[in-house]
Amino acid sequence: MIRAEQLLKRFGGTIAVNKVSFKVPRGGTMVLLGPSGCGKTTTLRMINKLVEPDSGQLFIDGKEVYNRKPEVLRRSIGYVLQHHGLFPHYTVAENVAIVPRLLKWSSEKILQRAEELFIKLNLDPALKNQYPAALSGGQQQRVGLARALMADPPVLLMDEPFGALDNLTRIRIRKEFMELDELKRKTVVMVTHDIQEAFEMGNQICLMDKGAVMQLGTPEELLFQPANAFVEDFLKDQRLLLELKALKIGQQSAWALMDGMNRADLQQVLTRVIKP
Amino acid sequence: MNETQTFWEFIVAQADKLLSQTAAHIGLTLISLIAAILIAVPLGIFIARKPRFSAAILGFTGILQTIPSIALLGILIPFLGIGPKPAILALFLYALLPILRNTYTGITAVDASVKDAAKGMGMSDFQVLMKVELPLAFPVIMAGIRTATVINVGVATLAAYIAAGGLGEFIFGGIALNNSNMILAGAIPAALLAILLDYLLSLAQKISLKKLNLIYVFIPFVLILFTSFFLLPTKIGGRLLAGFTPEFMGRSDGYLGLKAVYGLDMETVVISDAMKYKAAYEEKLDVIDGYSTDGRVKAFNLVTLTDDLHIFPPYDAAPIVRQATLNKYPELEGILNQLAGLINDSTMTELNYRVDKLNETPEKVAIDFLKQNNLYQPGRQGNKGTIRVGSKIFGEQYILAQLYKLLIEGNSDLRVANKTGLGGTKICFDALVNDEIDLYPEYTGTGLLVILKPSPDTVAALSKSAEAVFQYVYREFNEKYNIKWLKPIGFNNSYALMMRREKAQSLRIKSISDLKHYINRN
Repeated sequence: MIRAEQLLKRFGGTIAVNKVSFKVPRGGTMVLLGPSGCGKTTTLRMINKLVEPDSGQLFIDGKEVYNRKPEVLRRSIGYVLQHHGLFPHYTVAENVAIVPRLLKWSSEKILQRAEELFIKLNLDPALKNQYPAALSGGQQQRVGLARALMADPPVLLMDEPFGALDNLTRIRIRKEFMELDELKRKTVVMVTHDIQEAFEMGNQICLMDKGAVMQLGTPEELLFQPANAFVEDFLKDQRLLLELKALKIGQQSAWALMDGMNRADLQQVLTRVIKP
Repeated sequence: MNETQTFWEFIVAQADKLLSQTAAHIGLTLISLIAAILIAVPLGIFIARKPRFSAAILGFTGILQTIPSIALLGILIPFLGIGPKPAILALFLYALLPILRNTYTGITAVDASVKDAAKGMGMSDFQVLMKVELPLAFPVIMAGIRTATVINVGVATLAAYIAAGGLGEFIFGGIALNNSNMILAGAIPAALLAILLDYLLSLAQKISLKKLNLIYVFIPFVLILFTSFFLLPTKIGGRLLAGFTPEFMGRSDGYLGLKAVYGLDMETVVISDAMKYKAAYEEKLDVIDGYSTDGRVKAFNLVTLTDDLHIFPPYDAAPIVRQATLNKYPELEGILNQLAGLINDSTMTELNYRVDKLNETPEKVAIDFLKQNNLYQPGRQGNKGTIRVGSKIFGEQYILAQLYKLLIEGNSDLRVANKTGLGGTKICFDALVNDEIDLYPEYTGTGLLVILKPSPDTVAALSKSAEAVFQYVYREFNEKYNIKWLKPIGFNNSYALMMRREKAQSLRIKSISDLKHYINRN
C-alpha cells in the first residue's frame, strides 16, 4: 500500500506539485492523469525519490520511506519509463539482470527468473543476447517491463509506459500487460495523458491540473460525478466512448458488446442506449 | 653538410641520437598525456555534473589552447627552468582541452532516460557513472584522447627549443643547417610515432568497459606514467651548463669547432634562439651562443667571451659601395669613413639595445650618437644628387643606414633615399650589383661565406685573422663586382659564447680558453 500525504514540490518559483495526497491499496492501480505540465510525472518520481519533495510524507506498507537511503528504496520499486531506458551497451539479458545484481542475486537465480518472465511476457528467449537497438519498439517495452519486474518488487511505477509505441502495438501490449498475473498482485502507479488508457487500466484515477488534484476516484466517479468543471471538460471529448465502456450490460460493457457487430446491429443497440 | 650522404647513412650514423631522441619524445608525450587524462577526465565528469562551472572551465582550457606553444614555453621558463619540466607542463596544458571537452560532451550526451532508468533501478551515483555514463561516453572520450595524443606528438617537437630533447632536435637542427636528411630523421619518426600511438589507442577504444574493474584501467596508466620518466633525457646538472641553438650545435664554426679546437667538453643542451637569452638570464643556463652585438646581450646583462683561438670567423661591419657611385661623388668615401673604427662591440650592442628593447626609433638613436661624437650636422637640403642606402631587415642595419643618411646629408649637398628592410644578404647584394642601391652595411664574414663562398681550406686559412678576411673580400669584391669595401666600422658581429656578467666575473672567465680551463679543473 502506498500513502502520500501533502506532497509539495517547487521548481524555482513555481509550484509543480501542490499538496497532493492519495492512497493506493495493495494490488490496486492508480493512474495519474492530466494535461502535460500538470505535475503527474513529478508526483510519480517523488514516490521513488527521483524527485525530492519539499514537504510531505510518503509511506509504503505503512513505513515512512523518505528517511531510507534512496538507492535501497528504489531497488524495491519497479520502474518503467516511456522511452524504455534500456542500457544500449547491455544485452537484453544483462539489462534485465541489473536490479538482481544490485541485490546480489546468484547467477542461476537471475537466469531462472529471466526465463520465467520471458515466457510470461511473450518474449522470444533468443532475444536475450541481442542489444536493445536490434529490438522492435514493442519488444523493447516488454524488456523494460521485464527488467522492472525481475526482482518482484511489491510496487511498480510506470511513466507513460506505452507512450512511445504506435497505436496498434500500444493497444495490444496494454492488453497483455493487464492480463499479466504478476501485475495484478502489485501496487501500481502509472502516469498517462491518454484518457482511454487511464480508464482501462486504473481502478483509481487521480486527475491533476497545474500541480493540484482535481479529482481522485474510480473511473465511474470521475465520469458520472465530476467534482468540478475541469473534470467534466477534460473528459468531454471522449465521454460517449467512456460511458459505453463503463456501462455494464450483464457481465460485459456496452462497448465490448458492440465489438464485432455489423452496422445494422450497431445501429439498433445505439438507438436503444442513447434514446431509451 | 654532406650532400652526398643518403638518408639511410645518416640514420645509421646517428642511430644513437635517434633512439634517445625518440625515447625522450615518447616519454614527453606519454607523461603529459596521462597526466592530462588523470586530470581532464575527472574534471570533465565534474563539469558534466555541475554545468554552471562548464563554461568557465572549458573557456579557460580553450584559452590555454590558443597560447602559441613557443610563447607558453617562454612563460614557463622562469618558474620551471628549462628541460623536460616546462615541456611536460606545456604539453599537459595542450592535451587538456580535447580530453576535457570530449569527456564533458560524451557524458552529457548519454541518453537522459538511460540515466534516469539507472537511478530509478537503484544504482548509486558512482554506479551510474561507472556502469552507464563512462561506458557510453567511452568512445567519445577516447576520440578526445587520440586527438590530444596526435597534438602532443606534434607539439613535443618544440620541446627541443627548451632543452627537453625529443625529435625536434633533429628537425630544427636540420632546418637551421639546411640538412634535409636531418629534418627527415626527426620528422618521419615523429609522424610514425603519431600514427602508432593513435593505432594503439584505437585498439583500446574497442575494449568493453562495462566489465572492466576501475583498478585495471588505472594500473596501466600509472605504470606507463612512471616508466615514461626513464625515457626522458637524464637529469641535467653539473657545474656549468651550456645551451646552444640547433644550428650552432651542427656548425663547424660552432660547437664542433669548440670541441675540436678548444677541446671544450661541457654539458650541453639544445635550445632555441628565442629562449636562450632568457634562460641564461634566469640562471638556467651558464653559457650560450649568440651574436656579439645583439641588443639582448645588454638587456640580459651578459658578457661575450673572447675567442682567443679564433674559431669564429670575423664579421666586421663595413659599408660596401658601388665603385661607379664613388667615382661620380668622390666626397662620399670620406664622409662614410667618418664612422670607421668609431663603433666597437659594446657601443653597437648599446645602440641595438635602445632600438630592440627600449623601442627608440633608429633615427633618434643615430642622431644622439652623432651628437655625442660631435659628428652631427643639420641636413643641407642640397640637390646635387641622390644616394640610395640599403639595409637588411634588422635593427642594427636600420641604425647604420640612418647614420649614413645623416652623415651624407649633413656633410654634402647629396640627398639620401633609404631603402631599408631588404630581406637578406642575397637581396641586398643583388640590389647593389644591379644599381638599385648605392651602398649598404655588410659584414666581412658574410661577404666571404655567403657571397664569395671560397673553398673550405681558404676559409680556414683566412678565419684566423680579421685583417686577412677584410683584405680578401676587399680584393675579390673589387675584381668581381666593382664594389668597394670601405673601412670597417669597428665592431665584429660574429658568433660568440656568452655568460652572465656576475658569473663570468666570479669565476674569472674572460675567454673561451678560461672557460675550458675552469671546466677541466672542476
